[in-house]
Amino acid sequence: MLLLKSIDIFGKYVLFMSKVFSIPDKIKVFFKRYITEISKLGIDSIPLVIIISIFIGAVCAIQMQLNVTSPLMPRYSVGLATRDIILLEFSSSILCLILAGKIGSNIASEIGTMRVTEQIDALEIMGVNSANFLVLPKLFALITFVPILVIFSMCTGLFGGFLVAQFTDILSVSTYIYGIQAMFNEWYVWYALIKSVFFAFIIASVASYFGYYVKGGALEVGKASTNAVVSSSILILLFDVLLTKILLQ
Amino acid sequence: MIEINNIVKSFDDKTVLHGIDATFETGKTNLIIGQSGSGKTVLMKSLVGLLTPEQGEIKFDGRDLLKMKQHQVRELRKEIGMLFQGAALFDSETVLGNVMFPLIMFSEMTPTEMIERAMFCIERVNLKGADSKYPSEISGGMQKRVAIARAIALNPKYLFCDEPNSGLDPRTSILIDELLIDITHEYNITTIINTHDMNSVLGIGENIIFVNKGYMDWTGNKEEIYTTTNEALNNFVFATNLFQKVRDYVRNSH
Repeated sequence: MLLLKSIDIFGKYVLFMSKVFSIPDKIKVFFKRYITEISKLGIDSIPLVIIISIFIGAVCAIQMQLNVTSPLMPRYSVGLATRDIILLEFSSSILCLILAGKIGSNIASEIGTMRVTEQIDALEIMGVNSANFLVLPKLFALITFVPILVIFSMCTGLFGGFLVAQFTDILSVSTYIYGIQAMFNEWYVWYALIKSVFFAFIIASVASYFGYYVKGGALEVGKASTNAVVSSSILILLFDVLLTKILLQ
Repeated sequence: MIEINNIVKSFDDKTVLHGIDATFETGKTNLIIGQSGSGKTVLMKSLVGLLTPEQGEIKFDGRDLLKMKQHQVRELRKEIGMLFQGAALFDSETVLGNVMFPLIMFSEMTPTEMIERAMFCIERVNLKGADSKYPSEISGGMQKRVAIARAIALNPKYLFCDEPNSGLDPRTSILIDELLIDITHEYNITTIINTHDMNSVLGIGENIIFVNKGYMDWTGNKEEIYTTTNEALNNFVFATNLFQKVRDYVRNSH
């Protein structure tokens, strides 16, 4: 029964995405909406990304220092481990899980409210492809801007570790700076950026799907918002494993 | 003109529309009336293509909606304006933005021409001065009028109104009714109104279709309704003492 329901949902999702991926009625209108969505979904998320990344970077540095007690381990491994945690997992996967909560619920509730207040029906009656009109700008905005947020997160996360080195006596700044440069593998950055593109697609499309097919009223919009966050989080974790296996091995 | 023949629509095992036949005339206000749950909203949603009937024909000046391809339906919809029960204005747009929306999407006008046309429509529904307000800043009656302005912005051939008077006070309801009948005559539109409001039925019902339990039970106009012998229609329209007295007065004066 659960399997049948999953197949049914997947089928509906594929049909929905086929409606989304069509040529916009007016490219100029699409571009205007795309810029608006970048501002609303992307730029407005920068403060959250910066705050979380600085704190996580700082906490990583402190925890690494506490756990790297062996005299055989070089002191700079604190910086190295902090960098790798941030590049490999935090700035892409964990950050996208956080964004799934913030942006995913925003998208699902916005589109869901438009559905229950008949705004989507109004678009359809006018002859507008509502799925394409509402979802494609959000999808493109996230696919292009989430990697930028990931780069922000990497920089501010490493800066968080730097603050620990600067303002505490547990690690010297020069050792930390040396550590974050030691044995640097450029591919880790590309790996994080590639993952973030997939995650951005998941966040935008899954949240839009749940919002678009809401039936009922305010209660159902709330449920759709929750379902969107839960489903996109699970998919992000699943794709994290798959992409790690494909890209790092 | 819109003609519908033998429209059948079911949900799961329950048939909601049982072979409805009707003609909605151009330049007239065509009213669909019936009790809650009688199937009139399903009929209206079927007419505009938001629901697909299992059987029948829906002909817009001879073009059968149910035989059209997706892109043809989209083209037809550019000839349709619709006023939703809750107005369905876009929250993020001002009154002007809402009225300009169909023009931006489907006209080849310059920005100046679009603004001029939108302002003309806003003035036509007596909302001059409200163009920079957001939907949340105006009353329910004003929202309905903005929705009418948006619906007529592209000079539609067909105008659908789903319960245009719901939630409005009697005075505002009359204003909306007057606006709808004026626009219908002025632009020679085929207007279809789904309503419960008996003032509207007796005031602007130039062609009335009574839907009862999913069947088309009666058709006529606002004058003929006073003399109908259809029991279900009599019970529905003249349910209150006031309307019974009005009916008796009209019958006696004939």
